[in-house]
Amino acid sequence: MSSMPGRAGAGPVAPVHQKGPRRFWIQQFYGSALGKKAVMALTGIIGLGFVFMHMAGNLKIYTGENADGVKHIDEYGEWLRTLLEPAVPHTGTLWLLRGILIIAVLLHIHAAITLSMINRRARPTGYKGGRTYGLGGTYVARSMRITGILVAAFIVFHLFDLTWGPANPDFERGQVFHNVTSSLDRWWVAGIYIVGNLALGLHLWHGVWSLFQSLGLNNPRFNTWRRGLAWGFTVLVVGANLTFPIAILSGAV
Amino acid sequence: MNLTLKVWRQRGPSDAGHFEAYDAPGITEDMSFLEMLDVVNEQLIHSGREAIAFDHDCREGICGSCGMVINGKPHGPKKLTTTCQLHMRNFRDGDSITVEPWRAAAFPVVKDLVVDRRPFDAIIQAGGWITAPTGGAQDANLTPIPKAVADQAFDAAACIGCGACVAACPNGAAQLFTSAKAAHLNLLPQGQPERWSRVTAMVDRMEEYFGSCTNYGECQQACPKGISIDFIAMMNRDYLKAQFKDRKRLVGASDLAGDGAG
Repeated sequence: MSSMPGRAGAGPVAPVHQKGPRRFWIQQFYGSALGKKAVMALTGIIGLGFVFMHMAGNLKIYTGENADGVKHIDEYGEWLRTLLEPAVPHTGTLWLLRGILIIAVLLHIHAAITLSMINRRARPTGYKGGRTYGLGGTYVARSMRITGILVAAFIVFHLFDLTWGPANPDFERGQVFHNVTSSLDRWWVAGIYIVGNLALGLHLWHGVWSLFQSLGLNNPRFNTWRRGLAWGFTVLVVGANLTFPIAILSGAV
Repeated sequence: MNLTLKVWRQRGPSDAGHFEAYDAPGITEDMSFLEMLDVVNEQLIHSGREAIAFDHDCREGICGSCGMVINGKPHGPKKLTTTCQLHMRNFRDGDSITVEPWRAAAFPVVKDLVVDRRPFDAIIQAGGWITAPTGGAQDANLTPIPKAVADQAFDAAACIGCGACVAACPNGAAQLFTSAKAAHLNLLPQGQPERWSRVTAMVDRMEEYFGSCTNYGECQQACPKGISIDFIAMMNRDYLKAQFKDRKRLVGASDLAGDGAG
């Protein structure tokens, strides 16, 4: 702890964040809250890339089947397994991408938890007389932890439902179209997908805007575009994702 | 105007503290908020009770001493206005006003509405200075600075260190203060030699006492000097760049600063 400049009658101010001795620069960097925020932004960008590609791939549900009667989305699912073959083994590229994604998600969650703990220590008592917050966007920003937990819970359900199968009695490995339509035909499953995607939307809306700030990619000339980009990306991804349960429930697919 | 006040009273750092209600009759709308508190304190003193303690100095909005959360907002309801410049005409006759000190782990309550803001001084000590020798005044315009840059540096330098940004932040973060103090030097030629070590040292010191930024934007809403969170982005960018610029820490300001965080 550093020494405090003098003030009569006042004791030391307790620090909320103790940093250890100097380490390798990347540890030192991740040890700082600013470094963790940068990692949150970068891993968030990886997540944005994933949700966009996931949404775009799913649109193949609407494009029908090929000449052999294989659904386009099933064909696409198989293609992901054969990516860059024969240079890499079967499912090699897919597992590389999954590995990057898993590491990104774990780092994102670790940074979120450790930063939240620091922040809680930094503000141990709230305003006893109440506090009036200024911005509408603050509510979305302040609910990032809740929407983050909802999205994480939704992803776990989604994996059990459509990747591993135990949550779906009609699950058949590799039959993407069949699995999606049979699972989302259940109203409560469709409901979970809708709620999960709305939570994702709130998370994206703040995240896309916020990552520029955390990485310092800020220029007063372009700042107004950041809000527009956040809106556009959120509406595109969440809007398209929401059409899937609705289309299947209504029998359009 | 006749008002009712609900004021936070706390005898010392270890006291739990509580709200006390006071009547404030005969307030004129031309009084500042602090002058209104002076009137209430006169009454308290006359009735043999202890006056409400609050920090104040210049009473013209430039020293940064005063500051309290008024009706849930740091410095009260009026934008770009310190507590001392907040006039009672912003309230209505019969209003009930809640007054409470800044709340943050870094700003423990000393007494009533007075908080200890020394962690701000610690941040300045870590890097809020330049080591250029200051001899006689040099000729005007010897160091050309573009007008836009000078304006931006001045916007940052407008920070009075009142702590409203920390008070407004749900995380108790001091990013707006630290970024303004770093930016007003880092934008100008005189600040360049120590730019990267400065931002590293100031951020490291800040993080010892304050929370982290989650980009709520509450600080810039509360700032009486209208300092923008764009300065926070600039600090983040400089901190990231400093990881590569100052790797060998040849000019590590956190070492030069004396007591050393490490």
